[in-house]
Amino acid sequence: MQILNDLSLYFSYPFVRYAVIVGVLIALCSSLLGVTLVLKRFSFIGDGLSHVAFGAISIASILHLADQMILVLPVTVISAIVLLKSGQNAKVKGDAAIAMISVSALALGYMLMNVFSASANVSGDVCSTLFGSTSILTLTVTEVWLCAILSIVVLVVFVLFYNKIFAVTFDENFAKACGTKVNLYNLLIAVIIALIIVIAMNLVGSLLISALVIFPALSAMRLFKSFRSVTIFSAVFSVVCALAGMLISILAGTPVGATIVTVDLGGYALCALIGRVARRS
Amino acid sequence: MAFLTCEHLSIGYEDREVLKDVSFVVNPGDYVSILGENGAGKSTLMKTVLHLIKPLSGEIELGDGLRADEIGYLPQQTFVQKDFPASVWEIVLSGCQARKGFHPFYTAADKKAAETNLKKMHMSEYKDSCYRELSGGQQQRVLLARALCATEKLLVLDEPVSGLDPLTTKQLYKLIAELNASGVTIIMISHDLAASLEYSSHILYIGDGIFFGTTEEFEDSEKGKRFIGRKGEKKDANLK
Repeated sequence: MQILNDLSLYFSYPFVRYAVIVGVLIALCSSLLGVTLVLKRFSFIGDGLSHVAFGAISIASILHLADQMILVLPVTVISAIVLLKSGQNAKVKGDAAIAMISVSALALGYMLMNVFSASANVSGDVCSTLFGSTSILTLTVTEVWLCAILSIVVLVVFVLFYNKIFAVTFDENFAKACGTKVNLYNLLIAVIIALIIVIAMNLVGSLLISALVIFPALSAMRLFKSFRSVTIFSAVFSVVCALAGMLISILAGTPVGATIVTVDLGGYALCALIGRVARRS
Repeated sequence: MAFLTCEHLSIGYEDREVLKDVSFVVNPGDYVSILGENGAGKSTLMKTVLHLIKPLSGEIELGDGLRADEIGYLPQQTFVQKDFPASVWEIVLSGCQARKGFHPFYTAADKKAAETNLKKMHMSEYKDSCYRELSGGQQQRVLLARALCATEKLLVLDEPVSGLDPLTTKQLYKLIAELNASGVTIIMISHDLAASLEYSSHILYIGDGIFFGTTEEFEDSEKGKRFIGRKGEKKDANLK
């Protein structure tokens, strides 16, 4: 009963409600493309892009931009396209290119923040950008709307292109030979990933985004056998874990991002266990 | 008019020519096997025919109402597919994707086509099975059904029997021959000389020079005799 009372107290504050709404939307979106990323061996693109977004945020904060999204969104989208292109005809192989770009962006971002920052608490700023420790609770109404709109865009695009995404993920060469515009859809996938990452940085911070993308997909793949069921379960898994993580973090006072990822890890372990038991019987 | 006419085609990647002066014709109803040693350029030729890469010079002319996106394709398995969570139904249906353009969803007609082709490949009962849990031969039949959903005119098969056991291989060859008999034109890259001589109407040989002709012409030609002889020797050597 005490817990319920606590929760209803917290939920009487609008910023907590915003945080929960945005958190659920982010979790939903980030899980959708997880299967595609994992199967295309693109898992690390998410990681690389989030570091790029971190670099972009630090530049935006130095420039004192009122709305950081103006810079962060295009930079991340362009990086996504570049990374994807470089994966196809690469002098530097895909994963190496990603590693290179992500550490560079991380280092540059941190350095710039240190040198030029006006804030008194640089390491606090850096920490919250990396781990999203407090930013979810300080969202403004505009940011909540932006997140909501972007999430809906991602959702609609995903549903409309679901069959294409499946075809391109399962067998790129076949799709290409039959006249499907594979490059266009790969581009679309990259842009959606970039969007998701920019949205998700608010929730878990740039270092932990990959977890939101990968854990739901991997957990679902342990249990389900068709693309559709894997996708649906990923979405449900992600939303449930994010919700649980946020509630725990509110009640226990733990950092939001880290708590969600920990719950994701627990959920994955559970799915792996169930999968193993089910296969044996 | 022929489905495919290639004249003095030169193929390869940007700076490296793999094959030059390739000429051949594929007519509706043909069963063309592409033979040759590893690394001779069979896969490159096939990718060019499928418009995955551009020819360096020369042209692939399509005719007889065949459009570029009406060439079905049975690729070799990629490592992505080994642990891909997808049902047989989802995969076969994805063959219909080709002619849908930007239309987002499958129609009843698409589903009907998928069902018919699954049945043709004797895989209806596996409709809801998980692709990665099927045997190698079953997987190939699923991919064949998918290719048939994309087109019923011309199929390009890339070593469809590699990694299959002898019995499954035989069944798959029979199935492909049945398809051919029902009017589907086949181009097949093959390592299996005996089966190619048995089933195909035409042979495109790539190696020390290029040969194109009917299977009988190939068996009588210098290049053909030499190639068949070499394969025979290899078999003898293996037996010893």
